[in-house]
Amino acid sequence: MTNANTTPLLEVKNLHKYFPIRKGFFRKTVGNVRAVDDVTFFVNEGETLGLVGESGCGKTTTSRCILRAMAPTSGEMLFRTKEGQTVDLAKLTRRELRPLRPQMQMIFQDPYGSLNPRMTLFDIVGEPLLVNGMPNRKEREERVAELLRLVGMRPEFMQRFPHAFSGGQRQRIGIARALSVNPRLVVADEPVSALDVSVQAQILNLMLDLQKRLNLTYLFVAHNLSVVKHICDRVAVMYVGKLVEMADTEELYHSPKHPYTAALMAAVPVADPRINSGSVELKGEVPSPANPPSGCYFHPRCEFVVDACRTETPVLREITSNHFVACHRADELKLPGIA
Amino acid sequence: MAANLPVEETLVSHLVSKAEERVSVASNWQLVWWRFRKNRLAIISLIVLVFFYAIVLVPDFFSTQDPEATESALAFIPMQGISFFDSSGFNLSVPAVVGKRNPVTLRMEWKIDETKKVPIRLFVQGYKYKVLGLFETDLHLIGPTDPKSADWLYLFGTDRLGRDQWSRMMFGTRTSMTVGLVAVALSVIFGVLLGGISGYFGGWPDMIIQRLIELLQSLPTIPIWLAMSAALPQGWRPDQVFFAITIILSLIGWTTLGREVRGRFLSLREEDFVLAADLAGCSRFRIITRHMVPAFMSHIIATSTLAIPVMIINETSLSYLGLGIRPPAISWGVLLQEAQNIQTVAQAPWLLLPGVVVILSVLAFNLVGDGLRDAADPYGH
Amino acid sequence: MNTPIQPLLSVRDLKTYFMMDEGVVKAVDGVTFDVNSGQVFGIVGESGCGKSVTMKAVLRIVEPPGKIVHGEILLNCKTKDGDCQVIDLAKLDANGKEMRSIRGAEIALIPQEPMSSFSPVHTVGDQIIEAIMLHQPVDKRGARQIALQMLKDVGIPMPEQRLDEYSWQLSGGLRQRAIIAMALSCNPRLLIADEPTTAVDVTTQAQVLRLLRNLQQQRNAAIIFITHDLGVIAQMASYVMVMYLGLVVEQGPVDDIFHASKHPYTQALLRSIPSVNSTPRVELPTISGSIPHPFNKPKGCPFHPRCVKSMPGKCDVRTPALLPVGEKQWVSCFLYHDVEVAA
Repeated sequence: MTNANTTPLLEVKNLHKYFPIRKGFFRKTVGNVRAVDDVTFFVNEGETLGLVGESGCGKTTTSRCILRAMAPTSGEMLFRTKEGQTVDLAKLTRRELRPLRPQMQMIFQDPYGSLNPRMTLFDIVGEPLLVNGMPNRKEREERVAELLRLVGMRPEFMQRFPHAFSGGQRQRIGIARALSVNPRLVVADEPVSALDVSVQAQILNLMLDLQKRLNLTYLFVAHNLSVVKHICDRVAVMYVGKLVEMADTEELYHSPKHPYTAALMAAVPVADPRINSGSVELKGEVPSPANPPSGCYFHPRCEFVVDACRTETPVLREITSNHFVACHRADELKLPGIA
Repeated sequence: MAANLPVEETLVSHLVSKAEERVSVASNWQLVWWRFRKNRLAIISLIVLVFFYAIVLVPDFFSTQDPEATESALAFIPMQGISFFDSSGFNLSVPAVVGKRNPVTLRMEWKIDETKKVPIRLFVQGYKYKVLGLFETDLHLIGPTDPKSADWLYLFGTDRLGRDQWSRMMFGTRTSMTVGLVAVALSVIFGVLLGGISGYFGGWPDMIIQRLIELLQSLPTIPIWLAMSAALPQGWRPDQVFFAITIILSLIGWTTLGREVRGRFLSLREEDFVLAADLAGCSRFRIITRHMVPAFMSHIIATSTLAIPVMIINETSLSYLGLGIRPPAISWGVLLQEAQNIQTVAQAPWLLLPGVVVILSVLAFNLVGDGLRDAADPYGH
Repeated sequence: MNTPIQPLLSVRDLKTYFMMDEGVVKAVDGVTFDVNSGQVFGIVGESGCGKSVTMKAVLRIVEPPGKIVHGEILLNCKTKDGDCQVIDLAKLDANGKEMRSIRGAEIALIPQEPMSSFSPVHTVGDQIIEAIMLHQPVDKRGARQIALQMLKDVGIPMPEQRLDEYSWQLSGGLRQRAIIAMALSCNPRLLIADEPTTAVDVTTQAQVLRLLRNLQQQRNAAIIFITHDLGVIAQMASYVMVMYLGLVVEQGPVDDIFHASKHPYTQALLRSIPSVNSTPRVELPTISGSIPHPFNKPKGCPFHPRCVKSMPGKCDVRTPALLPVGEKQWVSCFLYHDVEVAA
């Protein structure tokens, strides 16, 4: 799962993404929304890294930066290509990026907005093939049939339009589209959040199965901690644009080292009335990324705050093997986990 | 491993009904048509419009006489109502018109004489004409049974120059309906192009185009038309004038559509399926033409259909004021020029009929446009 | 349902149908349940189960073409003299004076989306004051005092300032609290919380749930808590009703539902959700197929096409009735009895 010796498939270093706030007649920049504020992490090939956090933490922006749906403000995103080269995705031009696009794809959250309602399934799933060098229609039909079968749908459906399908089925179509060009990295942006509970399990099973078969690497962005625990090998926790903790899943859930992670886990209600959970309250509100607090962003809400927290921004450092934390008091705190 | 994946079924039961199968493979246009069909008023209006445009294609077929032939002796002949039946059954006929010279004014005055009947029938021979400039024929829809009879057919009466109003109406329909259509088509092209550039690229192009739109929209329309019409050289042929008027109308009419298209582009840019196409490696051109434009095409068509009656009224108003299409070209506005004073209207009220036709066509376009808009966007985006 | 105390709300065989062009959607097709005073009653189910429509029917805010076609909604009201009076809400005129005096005062709604539940052009204070003045005999100043106290009760800091702010000036969590304040402003005896924490973050959810629990205990109000999140139901509710395609499949005390569920749907649903305590990265047991389209409701038991224990000849022909199995648990399944719904 975690190999310190092999180069990771994706290494993100000091990623920043700021959105300027413009005011006044001449649209002067008066400040920045620090959506992603110095984020560093890595993803190994074949594993699933979960990126969790609440709204405004920057996880979606991070995932979009990695795929270059938007250009980062600064930082490096080192990607190991199929050919074995390591390129910095942040520095490439649009033209240089084009041949790499098939190697990294995305699964979207909204099954209703992610499929063009005016295109048939064949058009939708086959489009990446068409623009990446498969002009022969017959060839594409065969490949689309194969892909639909792979995600558990009948190939005859390729003549149909998205409006004929349920949310879970649409999500499968989206997955088929993402896999059509044989990507190595798949960024899944809340892929099951918009689905019914019973359908979530189906899609999660499908993703696990596909990962084993095709040796996929997932960056799994989500806010549901139970889902994340189930599917991820490692988890990174974000708060107001910063990465506060990253560790193997078992380790993180068993002994979190950052007070925010512990509070987040304690807030999750467990589906068992005999276990009292979800009642530990984290006071205060999430600060705005346009105006974050000084020092450690979490300090106004932290019950373990000391003076250093108000003035110095903690750095992400490795506490125990493969367990990274950004907290001044990580060595001394004994925080409760939930598993 | 392969067998363990649950295979999704669209419906619980294995037997998918025929109707559901049809719906699932129905493209957006088919769904729009099915919804449109349910709107009875819109369908009736559509049939009316089809009839109008049939006239546009072959106005000569529907005319009874040469629309330009003047004969002062035949001035102000009243309308002849068609009777469908007589004593011997189904026989189309019109009452004859009898003229008497007024001893004081020395002008011919015409009255309907119910006792004399002129038999008429469908598909008669009349004057020769070319269909769409291609082949010659002399078939007309309606006319007197005896092609050599002295009595002619004046279904809508005549004006002060003795010109047959029915035939002139046919030709006026051709001009007015075409101007409306072409002007809107040009507006759509300008609007989609400029609105698209504005919405897709943003930044400076957006700024410039938006200010241009605001400038154009703040100009008062009638003075602008006056100015532009007056700027047209006097010596121009009617069809040149026609062309120029069409362009003038569309140059000012594209702004509303441009704004809407820009808005649509802006919101479509954020859609997930557009991002997915971008991530797959689609070129910008492909994204715009294959993903974004089709998404609002039905809306554009509905809006354009609603814009055509506005153009028709604009042209009619301009021509009525003498600033648009000028005689000897014929349009509804030109026809209405003949009804500009009270005396004429009192003497020959049938000269106001072009107004009724304007109302009919505008109403029909509005109903069809509304129906299209409701069918394309049932949730009222 | 066989408790000696009179329940606060009694719904009997409620049926709410939507007459659409394409056919009739039987959104709620025979739902029966009781809510006692001071109880937290959870309604859980997936999309299309009818939980939202049930709630709207109780409040008589079902939009046309929906209509209550059958059933009773019996509310135990306290009249001004202190007597108990039972009113059938289904028989009242939805826009009539009586229903409007009940709505907001006796029964209040905590809606799902706090952003769209407040008017953006009126201050938060104005809206709460309006609600208070509609139902209580106080003047504007008195209402303002009550509103201020409400904001304090729900834990909004600087309440005097907040009263004069607009909803979009408040953060998500504060807005949710403000909505709760508005709902509680007239001291309702029954609160309906329609997915109140679906649109907020996990930490805000914990705050809101804790607030609701405290307020509920303080005021002894009953809450009907509607959600699809089984974790939230387990933590909040004392009695749970599981719905599927417009019918009640099971109801009972929360512990029985989670640890001794009887209906195959409930069992399958509980098995399929990932939990922090379950084994990771293994296949989750799933329910095969997907929820049918409302126009294609299966004949007989609505769950039978996806049920592993379905009995052909029985489950696909007749619809099971909701009957007790055990002391306080009720199931509608032929595995436990052989009674079908009356036609």
